[in-house]
Amino acid sequence: MRELALHILDIAENSISANADEIKIIVEEDLRSDVLRIIIQDNGKGMDAETLAKITDPFITSRKTRNVGLGIPFFKAAAEACKGAFTIQSALAKGTTVKTVFKHSHIDRMPLGDIRSTLITLILGTPDIHWIFEYRYNESCFLFDDQPIKETLDGISLTEPVVMKYIREMISSGILKARQKGSLEVIK
Amino acid sequence: MPSVKSLDDLKKIREEALKKQQLKETSGKTEVIVGMGTVGIAAGARETLKAILDTIEKDNLSDIILRQTGNVGLDSFEPIVQVILPGEEKVSYGRVSPEMAHRIMKEHVLGGEIVKDYQIKGNI
Repeated sequence: MRELALHILDIAENSISANADEIKIIVEEDLRSDVLRIIIQDNGKGMDAETLAKITDPFITSRKTRNVGLGIPFFKAAAEACKGAFTIQSALAKGTTVKTVFKHSHIDRMPLGDIRSTLITLILGTPDIHWIFEYRYNESCFLFDDQPIKETLDGISLTEPVVMKYIREMISSGILKARQKGSLEVIK
Repeated sequence: MPSVKSLDDLKKIREEALKKQQLKETSGKTEVIVGMGTVGIAAGARETLKAILDTIEKDNLSDIILRQTGNVGLDSFEPIVQVILPGEEKVSYGRVSPEMAHRIMKEHVLGGEIVKDYQIKGNI
């Protein structure tokens, strides 16, 4: 994977497979403390302590088509390669939370990449899941919650061209504004 | 079309879409499925899906159900795209680049003709 946004997509796919109906993604870029933090939190079926202890082992996977799972080990390695850390918490029937921290300025840190496409893929591809996205840039914050949109649409598909455009623009401008506002704070 | 961002604008969009939907009620919906497992993602499935969305938006295609699925056990064929036209069998395509996705949307989803060059043979 060449972008953190692709890792986010991959980890969120695990949440979807775990039958979560609410998934929250938090991306936090704090240049003052030189940290990039990514949190993916779901209310899916979770794992027991035994499975959790082995989850970063590439030869553990819940899938039946193949016996290796590389998503989590890849993400963990990406964080550890740049003075970061990876943690995963889980409880049966409660859900799973994956947290990774990166040193923002580390030369080996992957770029965040196309987070917008990752979100669009998740939101449009799994209309039954309630998606919450929080993007923080220093003090600025952009919060996206797809629930009010779905309520307003009331049965109209998210893949209607005009609706897609609406969601894409909402996310793009939200991230951009948070970045602009947050950058000014640093200059001050 | 003016750019929109408030929920009120979205309500207007909804009403227009609703009218269109009522007209098309009987024709059925086409399903497009993209594999989004780790291998699919690493092979470029997100860009493939993006190309599909771009086509939907550019050609203003209504009534398409987009779904994503996990790993289907055919890693060497990722990214995989599957198309189900109303009342027809599922057709699977392998190693679908964004350019190939545009062609599949145009020829199969719009035109109803299977793009045989990209099709994965056998039962999936």
